[in-house]
Amino acid sequence: MNGLSFTVRPGHVTGFLGPNGAGKSTTLRIILGLSDPTSGTATVGGVPFRNRRRGLRHVGALLDAGDVHGGRSAAAHLTALARSNGIPRRRVAEVLEEAGLAGVTGRRIAGFSLGMKQRLGIAAALLGDPPVLLFDEPLNGLDPEGVTWVRGLFQRLAAQGRTVFVSSHLMSEMENTADQLVVIGRGELIAAESLAEFAARGVRTAVAVRTPDPAALTAALAAEGAAVRPDGEALAVTGLTAARIGELALQQGVLLNELTTRTSSLEEAFMQLTAGSAEHLAGERR
Amino acid sequence: MTATTAAEPRPPHGEPSAGFRCVLAAEWTKLWSLRSTVWTLVIGALTVIGFNAGTAYEDYRHWPGWDARMRAAFVPKWAMLDAFTDAAALGLMVTAGTIGALVIVGEYGTGSIRTTFAAVPDRRSVMAAKATVVTVVTTALGGTVAAASFGLTQAILGERHAGLSLGDPGALRVVVASALLGPVAALAGLALGALVRHGAITMVTQSVLLFLLPMGLSDDRYVAAVVDHSLPYSAWTRLVQVGSAQPGVHPWTAAGAWTVYALWAAAGAALALIAVHRRDQ
Repeated sequence: MNGLSFTVRPGHVTGFLGPNGAGKSTTLRIILGLSDPTSGTATVGGVPFRNRRRGLRHVGALLDAGDVHGGRSAAAHLTALARSNGIPRRRVAEVLEEAGLAGVTGRRIAGFSLGMKQRLGIAAALLGDPPVLLFDEPLNGLDPEGVTWVRGLFQRLAAQGRTVFVSSHLMSEMENTADQLVVIGRGELIAAESLAEFAARGVRTAVAVRTPDPAALTAALAAEGAAVRPDGEALAVTGLTAARIGELALQQGVLLNELTTRTSSLEEAFMQLTAGSAEHLAGERR
Repeated sequence: MTATTAAEPRPPHGEPSAGFRCVLAAEWTKLWSLRSTVWTLVIGALTVIGFNAGTAYEDYRHWPGWDARMRAAFVPKWAMLDAFTDAAALGLMVTAGTIGALVIVGEYGTGSIRTTFAAVPDRRSVMAAKATVVTVVTTALGGTVAAASFGLTQAILGERHAGLSLGDPGALRVVVASALLGPVAALAGLALGALVRHGAITMVTQSVLLFLLPMGLSDDRYVAAVVDHSLPYSAWTRLVQVGSAQPGVHPWTAAGAWTVYALWAAAGAALALIAVHRRDQ
């Protein structure tokens, strides 16, 4: 982490994005007081987390679904956590029910799938009814039903006025989950803004055109000031709308087989912004 | 770096004043919700009692072949040693030391320590609770096996009219010193586990400190004797000696042995608290 500074606000689901090794998990561990930064501070609600007596009532966190003792049952694991924070025992049954684990409360965690462990970790985060919730890659290993449940849950928690901070290395996961984004790369802040603002950064509208006579069309479009470059069998045109390209083609008598507007996705915006900071590039020579 | 999560102050469930009691209750639940705890305790207890009863039974069997001089020498010194044998002392230390080490090494090994400290950010209160729980459980274990062993062995020897009662001089000290080997070894195991964090290395280090070192050290040389006398197993051997006759070149007092017990327990608890406070988890 290097001079990383940001604020996560209540009432929103904030996505925390960055490539593998960007420092997302380290940041969450520092917020929770599990690791100490070499300099600087992390506070939750203005207070360093380690000054809290009952952590679960202030921050509910799922750092790693594997951070549980496989020898305990789900119920025993949550009961111990609840007791440590003076949380009434009925909350254990409530959160197990909420997480869809009501049928496996007595089973040893060692036999759980990753998805079930994620659910258990989310249940543990909910135990203390905390105003702040931190989740590190909570969607890993979840089935489609689980992903839908998690997204709905996060939105409900945010709507209740809680701060929900969710890390991921996949933009596509955040697209339907978060409304605010914090993007980091190599421990530095790249963006902290709304999802819409972030998406706007990456928008470069191009129009894909396919024609049997690319030379004539390219000349006509270039004369109008458009940039045209070949893109496979098609042409990628920027600087003109699809409607204007259609008009020009008609005037020139050029046949068009395809005329499609393409907007770059959030994923592409994310890739562009983090390209320079990815720690591990496939095929990269060292 | 600076990371801030702003939160609207929301009143949680209405915080009760209980603090350490809650953490203690949680550690109690954690210990007993693992099957390995129960198995370790049951197997350890049966082994220890079995060692003692077996030794007493051997003496009971050999009794008819002994002459009057041997029989006279047997009570009280050998009868007292049958009440809690060397093997039993080591067995109790292994069992209790394992319980102490497991409550912390088990958390580091599985990663559940992060879940624990995220729930209770005050790490020292977690470790104090662990120390309290293992002290209570291993004192109960030690007390049970020491009392049961004394009763059983002396009942067996009593069949030859060679048994002792708790009222005999030194008998109570043998029972108490043997019982307290439990918490002393458990707190040593807890401290080692918190320092080392790795199961196998913890168990090896513990074996060296608690069992191998006292067996390898000779009492003949002053320095070796001082080191030897500072170990809990050696303190136990001093405490179960009956009478004032002291073998060895460098005799020491029972009070000194009790002090060794106390220092090991206190140092173990203190180290366990210190070990987790500063380091990253």
